[in-house]
Amino acid sequence: MEGIPLLHILILSTALFFIGIYGFFTRRNLITMLISIELILNSVNINFVAFNKYLYPQQLEGIFFNIFIIAIAAAEVSLAIAIIINLYRKFNTIDIEDTNTMKH
Amino acid sequence: MDFTLLRFEWVLIGIIVVLLVGKLTDIDKKPYFIPLINLLLVVNILLGFVPMPHGEAFGNFFRTNSLIAFEKNILNIALLLISVMGNEWLKKTTVQAEHYILLLTSMLGIFLMLSSTHILPFYLGLEMSTIPLAALANFEMSSQKSSEAGIKLILSSAFSTAIMLFGISLLYGVSGSLYFNDLANAMQSQPLHLAAFIFFISGVFFKMSVVPFHLWTADVYEGAPTAVTNYLASISKAAIVFVLFNVLFKIFGHLQEGWTLIVSLLAILSMTIGNLFALRQENIKRLLAFSSISQVGYILVAYIGFSPHSLGAVFYFIIVYLLSNITAFGVVSIVESTTGRVTLDAYKGLYHRFPTYALFMAIALFSLAGIPPTAGFFGKLFLLTAGIQPMYYWVLVVAAINLILSLYNYLRIVRIMFIENGENRIESISTNRLILVTMATCVLLILAFSFFPQVYQWGIAWYGFVR
Repeated sequence: MEGIPLLHILILSTALFFIGIYGFFTRRNLITMLISIELILNSVNINFVAFNKYLYPQQLEGIFFNIFIIAIAAAEVSLAIAIIINLYRKFNTIDIEDTNTMKH
Repeated sequence: MDFTLLRFEWVLIGIIVVLLVGKLTDIDKKPYFIPLINLLLVVNILLGFVPMPHGEAFGNFFRTNSLIAFEKNILNIALLLISVMGNEWLKKTTVQAEHYILLLTSMLGIFLMLSSTHILPFYLGLEMSTIPLAALANFEMSSQKSSEAGIKLILSSAFSTAIMLFGISLLYGVSGSLYFNDLANAMQSQPLHLAAFIFFISGVFFKMSVVPFHLWTADVYEGAPTAVTNYLASISKAAIVFVLFNVLFKIFGHLQEGWTLIVSLLAILSMTIGNLFALRQENIKRLLAFSSISQVGYILVAYIGFSPHSLGAVFYFIIVYLLSNITAFGVVSIVESTTGRVTLDAYKGLYHRFPTYALFMAIALFSLAGIPPTAGFFGKLFLLTAGIQPMYYWVLVVAAINLILSLYNYLRIVRIMFIENGENRIESISTNRLILVTMATCVLLILAFSFFPQVYQWGIAWYGFVR
């Protein structure tokens, strides 16, 4: 295969994965936290497509898995946004620090 | 292809369709709605016991055998018990049909996950079982805590699934196939395989609330309506425990050397931290949440054994755990729906006012703590004996110490109910006959289950289906 080697794509996806995790742990806005989760899911998608194309080009399993991940992520995000809207009506903010009322 | 293989799923889909069509005619405003749904769930259980063919479907994506049918039957019975215990709370909500549609969809996802032999249906089932639960946790639209629990559940479950998917993508990279059998054959003790294992298992442990991944548990259990908490703590946990056999024993069976240490460390952490945090809780739902974290620790001990006895022990314990947990949360639900209080001081002198409920609660707690006349003792005994493995005796020592520690947590509630007699005690409580009868059945089963060690032997006999 000419062009970009597999390793470079894996470095990209791993970097994206950890950027997503960093964002999830440091961001305080609920929407940005959702975006961080999307980053992680996209790194997974890149991994699947890359492995499928470079290592197992005779199959379609990885690409089909991608379609399911994208569909389920959409369902998950739509529910999360619905809950965030509901949360906003009560707290008037979507900052995770201000909406955290339960402490141990 | 034989569509009767999916009979458990067809029945659930049938009930969901009945509810969806019934919703058009406002079925949940009718007085007969709650008896109707309980009847449908009874039919669901009875149909589950009709003998059915075993085999594989959808190009080997889906399989069923006696082990899986038994697991689904256990969960079906638990669903009926939880539904009845939540009836009193449900009467106060306006959208009852939706509650059951979401609950049954989550159940459908669990069934798909239990039957899967490929990662794709496994992942679909896992998501299908957790996404409706977030909507259910947010079910009390007017309560702040409820929507906080909903957002915490959906964010932590989305995050954990994302991490698990990263592990799955690495698994695909090393094996080129996502069938459990092919994955099991491709596993070797190499760094990439171990990394894939760690990412994958963290996702599973997140759902199971094993300790480093337990931070969502107490908040979600506290904020969600008690009927939903009951489902989260019982059925959803039991399903993941069953699935963990597929994950640890089947997919990662060749990595057993590697995961034994990880699982034993996490088991110790779960038991200890669950028990220690439970010491200072004043809210009974949070206390039971931390107790369920420590119970997961004891369950993990059985997996260390890596033998047919692990399956038998976990089966036996899960049934006892389901019965005791459902009873305990049932009493919490009754007290909450009549008084609106979930703090421990609401239980002061419960025995003097309402001796039946106090006795039910006490027996359930004794069973959770593992005190002999109840089946919980044998459950714990089986778990710890199944976990015996050379070089790992220290896990059992820590587990035994933790069992003593946990006695304080459970007996504290019993002391408050039986000995203390505070001023602001409960004046009235609902006396729903059906709930009382269900609780009495659960309690009798907890006491009688000590005489049914057959379940343990069934588990050993069905071990071949797991490996």
